[in-house]
Amino acid sequence: MSSEQTPADCQNAVTRRRILFGGPLLIGAGLCGAAFWKMLSGMQTGSFNPHDINAPVTGRPVPDFKLPDQTPGTGFATADLKALTRPVLINFFASWCIPCIAEMEALLALQKQLPIWGIAYKDKPENAAGLLKHAGNPYARIGSDRDGRVAIDWGVSGVPESFLIAPGGMIVWHSAAGLDSPEVSDGLKNALKAVGG
Amino acid sequence: MRARLRVKAAFRLKTALLLVCLSAPVMAWAVDDPSEMLPDPKQERQAEAIGAQLRCLVCQNESIEDSSAGLARDLRKVVREHVAKGENSQQVIDWMVARYGNFIRLSPPVTVATLLLWGMPVLALLVGIVSAVMIFRRRTVAPTPLSEAEQARLRELGDGQ
Repeated sequence: MSSEQTPADCQNAVTRRRILFGGPLLIGAGLCGAAFWKMLSGMQTGSFNPHDINAPVTGRPVPDFKLPDQTPGTGFATADLKALTRPVLINFFASWCIPCIAEMEALLALQKQLPIWGIAYKDKPENAAGLLKHAGNPYARIGSDRDGRVAIDWGVSGVPESFLIAPGGMIVWHSAAGLDSPEVSDGLKNALKAVGG
Repeated sequence: MRARLRVKAAFRLKTALLLVCLSAPVMAWAVDDPSEMLPDPKQERQAEAIGAQLRCLVCQNESIEDSSAGLARDLRKVVREHVAKGENSQQVIDWMVARYGNFIRLSPPVTVATLLLWGMPVLALLVGIVSAVMIFRRRTVAPTPLSEAEQARLRELGDGQ
């Protein structure tokens, strides 16, 4: 570089410095913006909820399964869900699960709005039958998942869990919490409206 | 009265001991149950390595190999069935992720979202340094020279002393 600097050289140096400083700033701000946009948009759809561990299952067809009867109802399989022409709620429950018993009242009220099919999760058939005799039976059909293997295919991590199935057998909504909470029942109502239930 | 209290206390102690003894097998279920293990030691090691990377969804901060929860035991069984079929570790983990999402992995995968998450402190620091430098540079700019009127007023004030 020559010792003599013209005003134009100075101008160039200033421009270069501006680019050197401003460039990373702009890129950084852009990345920050993109990151926040991603997080906030995720929160809006509920996909950023760290406890919502079953997110992958919604928007998918029901998994392949076949469940034997659980007294006092008859069991069901994938084909039965796919043949449906109106939405149905699948509810995993167990007689040994206190939140499931707490949820029963909400299910009994809900049964008037849409059919609920129950799956007894890792429960002795006589215990599950006893619970339904005692607390009331909100289920149109009931299957027994003795070893809990069907539940794993649905992504169930603990009872109670509920899934809304759209006509044709698509899982459109899921909750890992009991339907006796207002947030959950509101969520279900909105999902039901979206599939025309 | 006192004797009855002592009997009661002894009964309570016995009940507590009994409960501890009863819960012992529950605790032992975690990894040491030989009936759970695969007969092939190499496959068993592979299954253990896979299980160590999978989160127990009930306890959430334990791997399924360490957890004594019922679901963890079921998932361990599933892992061993897949390993016994000759599947590789990635296939077993993919099977689990398909059902439970990335949450089941104790170490999250590298995605755009996780890269942004991990890079956020560096980004914030960079943005902070650059903006601080720019703000300070602007502040050190020389003040504009005094105008004719200001210089006259300054002289006037100086003369007054």
